[in-house]
Amino acid sequence: MSQEEVLRTPLNALHRELGGKMVPFAGYDMPVQYPAGVLAEHVHTRASAGLFDVSHMGQVRLSGEGVEAALEKLVPGDIQALAPGKVRYTMFTNDQGGILDDLMVSQTGRDLFMVVNAACKAQDIAHLKAGLGAGIKVDVIEDRALLALQGPEAAKVMARHAPGAGEMGFMTWTELKVCGFDCFVTRSGYTGEDGYEISVHEDHAVELARTLLAEPEVAPIGLGARDSLRLEAGLCLYGSDIDETTSPIEAGLNWTISKRRRAEGGFAGAATVQKHLAEGAPRLRVGIKPVDKAPARAHTEIVDATGRKIGEVTSGGFGPTLGGPLAMGYVEAAFAAPGTEVQLLVRGTPRPAHVVAMPFVAHRYAISGRKTP
Amino acid sequence: MSKTYFTSEHEWIKVEGDVGTVGITDHAQGALGDVVFVELPAVGKKVAKGGDAAVVESVKAASDVYSPVSGEVVGANDAIVDQPALVNESPEDGAWFFKVKLSNTSELDGLMDRAAYDAFVAGQS
Repeated sequence: MSQEEVLRTPLNALHRELGGKMVPFAGYDMPVQYPAGVLAEHVHTRASAGLFDVSHMGQVRLSGEGVEAALEKLVPGDIQALAPGKVRYTMFTNDQGGILDDLMVSQTGRDLFMVVNAACKAQDIAHLKAGLGAGIKVDVIEDRALLALQGPEAAKVMARHAPGAGEMGFMTWTELKVCGFDCFVTRSGYTGEDGYEISVHEDHAVELARTLLAEPEVAPIGLGARDSLRLEAGLCLYGSDIDETTSPIEAGLNWTISKRRRAEGGFAGAATVQKHLAEGAPRLRVGIKPVDKAPARAHTEIVDATGRKIGEVTSGGFGPTLGGPLAMGYVEAAFAAPGTEVQLLVRGTPRPAHVVAMPFVAHRYAISGRKTP
Repeated sequence: MSKTYFTSEHEWIKVEGDVGTVGITDHAQGALGDVVFVELPAVGKKVAKGGDAAVVESVKAASDVYSPVSGEVVGANDAIVDQPALVNESPEDGAWFFKVKLSNTSELDGLMDRAAYDAFVAGQS
C-alpha cells in the first residue's frame, strides 16, 4: 500500500464532527469507531440500525455487448443467469483457483454495477481492463459515495425516505430516490442483518447521511463493529479469510457457483475449483468456538490433540452478540466437521475449542420484498 | 504512604513499602476500547521489568501488559477476569491487574510521576 497520500471519502468531515476515531484503512482515513465504541455500535446495529460509510470501496460499471459472458471468464459466479435487478456475490479468481478479490455485482438491465474491496480496487480495475477484452467498457465511478444502512430497523427507516425500498427483495438492485436524491440501491450488506447499500453522488452524500442519522433508530457505525458484525455472520474478510492462496471451495463458497458454471468451467482457475468440487478440498474454512474466554486472533495456530498443526485462524476476536470469543480459520478437511475438538495455541498455551457451523449469529435477511409500514 | 509511578507503556504502579500494585492507565483503556478479556499472571510468578506479565484484549486487539518492575507476583485481581469491562470503568483504581513484590526498588527511579506521564501522553497525540 502506498503511503504517499491518504484518501478521504466525501463523509470525512462528518466522521470527525461525529467524534469518529480516524485510522488509516486501505489508503483511506476512516472511522474505526465513534464515541459509543465498538461494542455499543455492534449491539446497536443488531438491535436497531447502523449507518456505515463504505465509500472507500470501489464502484465500477461494466458495459458492452456480451459483458455478462466476458465477466464470466474472470469470476465463477453465474452472471448470464442474473436477471435484471438482481445482485450476486462472487469473486475474481486467478489461474491457480485462488481469490483475487470478492465482490458484489448487480445486473441493472443496461450494464453491470460492481462493488469491490478498497484495498484491491486498483488491481481489480487493471484486471478487468486486461481480462474483459475489446468492446467491454470499464467505468470506474469516482464521484459516488456508498453508504450502508444495516439492521432490523433499516427497512422502516428507508421506507420514510425512499418509497419502494421496503418492497425490494434481498440481493436486488434498483434505482431509487432516497431523500430526493437519485441513488443506486441494493438490499444487501455485510453484517448478517437486513439492510441496504446506497450509492449516491458525492455532492449529496453528507446530506443523505445526516438525514438518515437524524432518524431515532440510526447511529453511525465504524469499521471496528463492521468487522465484528461480519465475523459473527460468518462472512469472509478479503486478505484475511480469503486470498490468492485459497480456492472458493476451500473457503466454503461453493454456494456462489451454479451448476452450469461448475460443469462448464470457463473461468480462471476452473480446473482447481472443479478438482476441489470433485475430490474435496484439502482444507476448509470453518467456524471455531473457543471453550474458555480467551479470544484467538488471526494467525493463531490450530493443532490437534497430539499438538500437530492442522491449520490457522484467519479472523478471530470477541463477538458482542454471541457474548464470547469466536474465530474462523482453515483446517485440514478431516477436522472440518462441526463438533470436532481442536486446540488453539494462544500465546503458546493450547486452549480447547470446537469447530462449529457458521454463522455464529443467525442471518436475518429480508427473505422477499414485502411492504413495510 | 504510597507513591504512584507510570511507564511509557501506559502502566501505573502504586508502591507501598516493597509491594507495588500494577494496572493500566485511563489513557490506555481509552485507546484500547471495550475490554473483553484479561489474563493475569499466577501468584508466585517471577516477572522482569519490561517483561510480559498480563494480557488485555479489547474488541479490536490483544495487548501485552508489561511489569514496570522486577519481582514476584503476590496477588492478582480476579474481579477483572470475571468482568473485563471494569478495566474501562475504573482503570486506575478498582481494576488493578496484579501486585508485585519488588526485588529492586531502584528500578522505580526510571519511571515517570503523574505530571511527567501526563506530559508524555500529551506529547504523543
